[in-house]
Amino acid sequence: MNIHEYQAKSLLKRYGVSVPEHTVVHSVEQAVRAYGDLDLDRAVIKSQVHSGARGKAGGVRIVDNRAALEQEAKDMLGVQLVTHQTGPEGLPVNQLLIEAPSLIDRELYLGAVVDRAARAIVFMASTEGGVDIETVAAESPDKILTCTVNPLVGLQPYQCRQIAFDLGLVGQQVRQLTQMMLGMAQFFVERDLSLLEINPLVVTATGELLCLDAKVNIDDNALFRQPELRDMRDATQEDARENRAAQSDLSYIALDGDIGCMVNGAGLAMATMDLIKLHGGAPANFLDVGGTATAERVTEAFNIILSDENIKAILVNIFGGIVRCDLIADGIIDAVSTTGISVPVVVRLEGNNAELAREKLAQSGLNIIAADQFSDAAIQVVQQAQQGAQS
Amino acid sequence: MSILIDQNTQVICQGFTGGQGSGHSEQSIAYGTQLVAGVTPGKGGQTHLDRPVYNTVREVMSDMQVDATMIFVPAAFCKDSVLEAADAGVPLIVCITEGIPVQDMIEVKAYVDACGVRLVGPNCPGVITPGACRIGIMPGHIHQPGRVGIVSRSGTLTYEAVNQTTQLGLGQSSCVGIGGDPIPGTNFIDVLKLFQADDETQGIILVGEIGGTAEEEAAEFIQSEVNKPVVAYIAGVTAPAGKRMGHAGAIISGGQGTAQDKTQALERAGVTVVQDPTQLGTAMQSLIG
Repeated sequence: MNIHEYQAKSLLKRYGVSVPEHTVVHSVEQAVRAYGDLDLDRAVIKSQVHSGARGKAGGVRIVDNRAALEQEAKDMLGVQLVTHQTGPEGLPVNQLLIEAPSLIDRELYLGAVVDRAARAIVFMASTEGGVDIETVAAESPDKILTCTVNPLVGLQPYQCRQIAFDLGLVGQQVRQLTQMMLGMAQFFVERDLSLLEINPLVVTATGELLCLDAKVNIDDNALFRQPELRDMRDATQEDARENRAAQSDLSYIALDGDIGCMVNGAGLAMATMDLIKLHGGAPANFLDVGGTATAERVTEAFNIILSDENIKAILVNIFGGIVRCDLIADGIIDAVSTTGISVPVVVRLEGNNAELAREKLAQSGLNIIAADQFSDAAIQVVQQAQQGAQS
Repeated sequence: MSILIDQNTQVICQGFTGGQGSGHSEQSIAYGTQLVAGVTPGKGGQTHLDRPVYNTVREVMSDMQVDATMIFVPAAFCKDSVLEAADAGVPLIVCITEGIPVQDMIEVKAYVDACGVRLVGPNCPGVITPGACRIGIMPGHIHQPGRVGIVSRSGTLTYEAVNQTTQLGLGQSSCVGIGGDPIPGTNFIDVLKLFQADDETQGIILVGEIGGTAEEEAAEFIQSEVNKPVVAYIAGVTAPAGKRMGHAGAIISGGQGTAQDKTQALERAGVTVVQDPTQLGTAMQSLIG
């Protein structure tokens, strides 16, 4: 789960990381009041959406007077902000961050992530702040400093000092960075983060370290024990269908193709998409119905798939395993007849009672094609989608 | 021979009396597994599925030999259960539960390594030696004792590989689901080592997926240490570019993680990589006949 910049900054502040003075507003009136409270001429206005690269997309503006602030706030609130990370529809701007500007001497990068290879939290830092860290990693990997947090003893001050010296920090800045990193490590562990980035971390004209922008990802598996973070969820920033699927414990990701997929197991779901592509088709989604493909879940999965208007055909690929395939077939027949699906549905069921399941599907009188094998199912659904596209 | 478990392996189940634990324990017993006892705190002294129930793992260990435990407790309590088993000295811990917070797994992995015990999973179908011992949730009936070792990050894709090798009459020596979580207890290399040393295993099927660098590391290991034929499939060639988190994670490991990277690394190591997951069995058959 992601949270907004203003939420990330308020949390970071609690863990001892310096952030600029700021207020979050939901309306132009609030924006004007916040500007008055800052008691400065210049102010920064930042659109609050779950995306980076907001500056280049016009989502960050600097104003010198009240009239300009009012005008910019009016322009920015309520629009769909399109960045190179959001996709063409963009994300709605419902909140703005009004912030005191900073005089910047240097821009650095400081982040922490769960690293699979190290099986630990790893901090990354770079003198190349304010740009995509992926670009830095690709073009000049030697400019990325790392340090691994030992899970048994936690981050140690000497590791932070090392990073500070390598970043070229001097005097009090070394101490300040150490405090900041120790706070970030505590934040990361206590709040079950999977990613924490401060980019840029600036050295101000007066030599202070300040977090100008922050990104926080929270481990979805840990939300059950993070009630405060769970309440920070902003559903307007997330895909409505993905959210709906998540409520039914279905894992769904929308794609650009025209073949709907319903599969049990994440690996098999990816393999199904791969096989459709291999046979010349294009998957419309990733959908994992999970281990227990009950009639209710199958029905809900069909509803979610069909809410995508591009669908020309659907492939159901279930390896029954322990569940009896004839029961799954009943669920599919039930779901197809109640949801009134008009596109062809190719079904491949493997496992217990697969023969009986195929007979049931064939005799249902519905637009269901029972496939024998995984490859056969993929070939058939691609053909069906192509016929659907021509008619 | 086989790896990790055989007909003599004495198994317990933590979360024995819960819905999942109970159902799968019953199936494992029916499969012939030596499931000797269960653990559910507060239900010690009761009998369930004709087996004694204990309050703690340590209590079971003082009464009988325990070679392995399978864990079905809910995600929020899994760290506690794995640590309990590790502390009691159970040599093989198989954790089926999915949805364990990654911070918990960071601690658990460091702890089990320090204890010198093996954890398989979490978020995995488990381990099976066909015809002898089933620890997990896989459908036993599709398996057949035989010559192919299977190791996989995905549950249902493992079943595909099993089904194909059974239908071709190759069968399986053992199958290990290492699970799809970012921090697994056991990785590909751990299992490859075991299969390489196992006389019965003549060929190895490796099923990977996008994300992380486990397959690349496996490729390096295969190049230098494995002389048995290996067939691999990597799921997720068409998956959309990973979320930012995945990228940031991959930065440290040198920007790897795509299906193309993994395929190339494995092919360089002499592995036969199939593009079509339905070809795993036939590709193996052509190598070991």
